[in-house]
Amino acid sequence: MTAVLGGRPEGVSTLHFAMDEADGIDTRQRLVVIGNGMAGARVVEEVLERGGGEQFAITVFGEEPHGNYNRIMLSHVLAGEEHEDDIVLNSHDWYADNGVQLRAGVRVDRVDTHAKVVHTTDGTTTPYDQLVIATGSRSFIPPMTGLYSDDEQLLPGVFGFRTIDDTRAMLAAAAEHEKAVVVGGGLLGLEAARALQGHGLQVEVVHAGTHLMNQQLDPDGGAILKQSVESLGIVVHLATRTTEVIGPDRVRGVVLSGGRAIDADMLVIAAGIRPVTEVALLSGIEVERGVVVDDQLRTDDPDVYAVGECAQHRGEVYGLVAPVWEQARVLADLLTGTDPDAEYHGSRTATKLKVAGVDVATMGVNRPERDSDEFLVISEPRRGVHLSVVVRDDKLIGATLLGDTRKVAFLTQAFDRGTPLPQERIKLLVDLSDGAEEVGVAELPGDSQVCNCNGVSKQAICDAVAGGCGNVGAVMDKTRAGKGCGSCKSLVKQIVEWAADGDVTEDESANWYVPGIPLAKPELMAAIREQGLLSVSAVFAALAPGGAEEAKSKMGLTSLLRMIWGSDFVQENDAKFINDRVHGNIQRDGTFSVVPQIKGGVTTPAQLRKIADVAEKYEVPMVKITGGQRIDLLGVRKEDLPAMWDDLGMPSGYAYGKSFRTVKTCVGSDFCRFGLGDSTQLGIDLETRFQGIESPAKMKLAVVGCPRNCAEAYVKDVGVVAVGNGKWEVYVGGAAGATIRKGDLLATVDSPEAVMQLTGRFMQYYRENANWLERTYDFVPRVGLEKIKQVLLEDSEGIVAELDENMQQSIDAYTDPWGQDAARPATPGQFRTALPLVDLPKVPVR
Amino acid sequence: MSLTHDDVETPTTGPAKTGTPATEVSDGPAAAGPGVPHVVGRVEDVPPGEGRAFIAGDAQVAVFRLRDGSLHATQAACPHSGGPLADGQTDLNVLVCPLHLYAFRWSDGTSPGGASPVRLYPVREQDGDLVVEV
Ligand code: SRM
Ligand SMILES: Cc1cc2nc3c(=O)[nH]c(=O)nc-3n(C[C@H](O)[C@H](O)[C@H](O)COP(=O)(O)OP(=O)(O)OC[C@H]3O[C@@H](n4cnc5c(N)ncnc54)[C@H](O)[C@@H]3O)c2cc1C
Ligand code: SF4
Ligand code: FES
Repeated sequence: MTAVLGGRPEGVSTLHFAMDEADGIDTRQRLVVIGNGMAGARVVEEVLERGGGEQFAITVFGEEPHGNYNRIMLSHVLAGEEHEDDIVLNSHDWYADNGVQLRAGVRVDRVDTHAKVVHTTDGTTTPYDQLVIATGSRSFIPPMTGLYSDDEQLLPGVFGFRTIDDTRAMLAAAAEHEKAVVVGGGLLGLEAARALQGHGLQVEVVHAGTHLMNQQLDPDGGAILKQSVESLGIVVHLATRTTEVIGPDRVRGVVLSGGRAIDADMLVIAAGIRPVTEVALLSGIEVERGVVVDDQLRTDDPDVYAVGECAQHRGEVYGLVAPVWEQARVLADLLTGTDPDAEYHGSRTATKLKVAGVDVATMGVNRPERDSDEFLVISEPRRGVHLSVVVRDDKLIGATLLGDTRKVAFLTQAFDRGTPLPQERIKLLVDLSDGAEEVGVAELPGDSQVCNCNGVSKQAICDAVAGGCGNVGAVMDKTRAGKGCGSCKSLVKQIVEWAADGDVTEDESANWYVPGIPLAKPELMAAIREQGLLSVSAVFAALAPGGAEEAKSKMGLTSLLRMIWGSDFVQENDAKFINDRVHGNIQRDGTFSVVPQIKGGVTTPAQLRKIADVAEKYEVPMVKITGGQRIDLLGVRKEDLPAMWDDLGMPSGYAYGKSFRTVKTCVGSDFCRFGLGDSTQLGIDLETRFQGIESPAKMKLAVVGCPRNCAEAYVKDVGVVAVGNGKWEVYVGGAAGATIRKGDLLATVDSPEAVMQLTGRFMQYYRENANWLERTYDFVPRVGLEKIKQVLLEDSEGIVAELDENMQQSIDAYTDPWGQDAARPATPGQFRTALPLVDLPKVPVR
Repeated sequence: MSLTHDDVETPTTGPAKTGTPATEVSDGPAAAGPGVPHVVGRVEDVPPGEGRAFIAGDAQVAVFRLRDGSLHATQAACPHSGGPLADGQTDLNVLVCPLHLYAFRWSDGTSPGGASPVRLYPVREQDGDLVVEV
């Protein structure tokens, strides 16, 4: 329960070399941010996006020990719909990777604005040039008798709802108790009530207002929401307060203002929030309700800014996240000088929420204020729908949508931009003609915010679609749109469909291992094992709908079957991609490339001579040193392949397969003056052991002799780094191809043998669990480093021995395909040219 | 988000048209011929599920023997960008070109991914010979 959310394992820290210091001192300005919540972290992100990493050395203080997480999603975590790991926005690693110093778990006491230093509770001081206060809010705890125990702590069983720690504590309590009272019938209270009820608790909501969500809804809307909430089985008490907590050792119940008592073993207080202003107060910065800022988000000290829920701008203190995003953008523009005149003019709070399963969207006012205001209401209590708009001088000044938010795109646009309204006002709320909805999405300006929770614009969604995301799920993964409260999901869907011009793929099949067989990988593997399916055609016959084979599924199945069955696999050449049929990579003119194995990048004069002779004999148009530390002979005719392999007498380097490829190495301790371990030998040994092992996607490894990382081990699927005293760090999930990602430290081990063993275990775990074509850089973050560590290092699932065994089976089944097929073709005409009349090669000869 | 050639529904590569020295095989659908039959080879030259390229008169053709035993013939060069179709992968509905993974329907040669259609030629077996009409 005490795990650090988005934490980084011990021992991983940004590396500093003596060289760095010799390069001179850091001339960047010091930017210090107090508060590692949604506002603080977003400011840092926006600053970095504007190239601020070069201008500023950034330090962030956060009282919570965690990385930055999506607070909005706590209701989902409480409801058990979301795992806490999935709400991390910026992990500790993210900060390290971006050169931002995160001081998590460190509370700032006060700021000395004259000396320009920040004092923390751990007694340290940190100087700044520019300071940002983003301390957010805390739960407001209304006075009640008996709320606190003798030591001034909240009585056991009483909870606020603000942090992940609050949420964890509530989850633990929910597992043990039966009755909860929630104080507060606003957004937070209703979400908590609904989540707790989902855990099987009896829940009663006590709300001081005369209708639910009185901040957002008019009384009629509130009444309809009450119906919807009560139909879930939640009891609602309106216009009453809890005056007393029945104790004494822990919560036993509450007494309402009318004198009535309710039994309860949990009391959740969601009665509003208060800005956290202590730091500002103690530092002599002007505070009213919140920290007072001007249009440039500056406090009364010119080098101190405030953003987020702790800030008070033009008299407003906000309690939703959308203004946070706007403020962060303005502040980043100012700090980085991107736009020195940027100003924040307040946010018109238009919100879309999902409360207790009911869609709610509100903007502007919720009822008419002047006689001349037009007010249109559609109320359908039976369906739980209540819609209203307020129009003044032909402009939309307010709208409330409850239970049906289909018109939200159009209304938001009308509200934000003052676009003309239809003369038939009813069209604002219902579609009288079809197709109008689509027009709404099409007309929505690119920069309008679709997902308020994660600050995603329509343009970002369109870009994701253009960038290849073929379905709503992929777009949501990529942009995080819809991953907040979820209320914008239908709008996201409409935009994706509009942007993809109807070309959206089925989401359901996203979990299937291959498109032709409706099974996810674990089920597919189980079925293959149980039914003893040894060939791709047998798999189709047994498991595909109607037994139909599917061309694009064949390659993935071949890979999987080979892994499962090793040498018992019955191979079928038509089930292989051309590269695997002829063991070379097809080129644009139909020729192939030949990349012989050069283990660890270490070759010999004899080998080089042989390669040179072969290249001449077969008139190879290009001989190239690859990025994988070996030699590529490109533009080889298919029919020449077997003879060439024969002449080379070297095994295949597998440069064409979804398989283990290479191990890059550096010169290591043999020659390099910095070498701490024999990286070259270890690389060769790794390549010898794992050569040719097929896998869901390419596996590229590297071993380096010290953290200078000359062979780029930090960005490999498995990267091994010698760190001295015989120790080796093993990193996994790194990438420097289409995606750049630094690998995660899996473990530090103390012998080359241990590296070999752990590498094998990781690769086998990846082989058995990754989706087809999922590289380790997607796999590791998806599964989670913690989980992988538990499985591989602590054997939490008791499968380590089996992983070792399965890997050994694959290693034993290895045969060099060149040696084998050169001697005896696998099928008739395996190496016959496929474009007979054309003279080859057609690529220019260098 | 991984970028792989193999998993994209719609290929990522646009047609390689003017200026590319990569191939002199013309792209686009091949012209229809007069329908003259040619014996191009033996059925057993084409392993089940695979394709092989042959010459039929003046035309280069790719002949496929699907896993249900049926025979199909297409122009040898992909209409998209001259790829060697005989090296493609098949199922009972489509042929997939190995270069950019456009698929082509056996039924009428059209491409669900939006490439130009491939020319189909009538093909049959006669005493173990493959006969293609071009
Ligand atoms: C030959 C080489 C370029 C060179 O001249 O140096 C090369 C060539 C190709 N790369 Fe690469 N890559 C080569 C090193 C790399 C590296 C560097 C490395 O291995 O250290 C990377 C980044 C590392 C990585 O993979 O994370 C790299 C990332 C890619 C990617 C992006 C993969 C990704 O998911 O990020 C692709 C595209 C793909 O896999 O679909 C790709 C695909 C290709 C293909 C196979 C394109 C294709 O599908 O036909 C190219 C085949 C040429 C051929 O026929 O030989 N190649 N490619 C390098 C061969 C290395 C070797 O000896 O095996
Ligand atoms: C359960 C829940 C559900 C919500 N749902 C929605 C929703 O659906 N839609 C919506 O728009 N908004 C929602 N919100 C509101 C939203 O989360 C906030 O608007 C947002 O988090 C404000 O960001 P912030 O950075 O100002 O404050 P916070 O995210 O609270 O961050 C402040 C951070 O500062 C740290 N800190 C404070 N004092 C110090 C100090 N002295 N030294 C160091 N660090 C300090 C705190 O530990 C905290 O981590 C929800 C909030 C909660 C709690
Ligand atoms: S970078 Fe692109 S063009 Fe170059 S070899 Fe790799 S895949 Fe081919
Ligand atoms: S050449 Fe591009 S798909 Fe065939």
